[in-house]
Amino acid sequence: MTIHNLYIFDRQGTLVYYGEWNRKKPGTMSREEEGKLVYGMLFSLRSFLDKISPLDMNDNSFLYRTTKYKMNYWESPTGVKFLMNTDLNAPNIKELLRTIYQQVFVEYVVKNPVLAIGAYIDSELFIQKLDELIKSSLSYTSKV
Amino acid sequence: MAIHSVYIISKSGGMIFNYDHNFPKVETEKSFTFPVDIKVELRNKKMVVVFGQRDGICIGQTLLSVNGTPVIVDKMETGQDVLEYLNEPANFPLSLRFGRTRMTTNEKMFLGSMFYPLYAISSQISPEPHSSGIQILEAETFKLYCLQTLTGIKFIVISDPKFQGMDVVLRKIYEIYADYVLKNPFYSLEMPIRCELFNENLKLLLEMVEKTGITNV
Repeated sequence: MTIHNLYIFDRQGTLVYYGEWNRKKPGTMSREEEGKLVYGMLFSLRSFLDKISPLDMNDNSFLYRTTKYKMNYWESPTGVKFLMNTDLNAPNIKELLRTIYQQVFVEYVVKNPVLAIGAYIDSELFIQKLDELIKSSLSYTSKV
Repeated sequence: MAIHSVYIISKSGGMIFNYDHNFPKVETEKSFTFPVDIKVELRNKKMVVVFGQRDGICIGQTLLSVNGTPVIVDKMETGQDVLEYLNEPANFPLSLRFGRTRMTTNEKMFLGSMFYPLYAISSQISPEPHSSGIQILEAETFKLYCLQTLTGIKFIVISDPKFQGMDVVLRKIYEIYADYVLKNPFYSLEMPIRCELFNENLKLLLEMVEKTGITNV
């Protein structure tokens, strides 16, 4: 199993972090452009889900599958949005995203006074800790 | 094993068919005293709950009626403004009914057409080469299945999240489409589908799937 990449958006919709692990198809546009495209899609998807859902939704997560990958989305109550692309079999990515928020984002971004809100996260410590967490997760290491 | 609705989107992205099969009705009626602890606001020609979720009344639901009189846009049937009525202590206690409204045909067409770019972008931002667009979209309350045929038509089914093996049902819907829509001499391509036989057979299929599962499809 693999984890392809991770996008983190803040509540205004700006891309604050992009991480890549196993991306086989390189992007055709710059990081900012791609961030805008992905956020646009997410925004439309969320309003699409809200309207088309037959019942009231309380959960702030969803996922979709294509023939090649699975997109997992989770949003914190404060509006920080996490989007992770994995292979089709990766289990429980929602929990992984919560863990990333709890143990890495809050610890090394929110509690870092030097990082400006809404700016791209360039903290070495954050990148290192995130990488450690991802690489130790079951979805990354398991060969099934 | 409920199937909620079926949509068909043409090659160019327009919605050409929609059918609501088994749509759950969500409504709550409750009596209130002054002041009402739920905030409603006029949004998109509806009085929508924006704050104060409780007792099954959720954010995003619509105020349907006041003391049994239906609310139309922001007025009651008598022509009185709803917000003014709710701000008048003399009118209390009163009973309000909230619920999820069904989408109008216009809204459905809007949503149907909105799926087309989502499908395209999801294939474009794929981290793996040669990916299709969205095939299954899973949320807490429902699952959306999409089958894109080789000719570019999309069949979309919305069911409850526990449903398994919808791809067989989608293929069967495609078969019914090929039999009763494409072979209908009065049907022109890319236009909305109005074929009696198609409706009947689709309905039969959905009913059978709900009763006996996908084994007989």
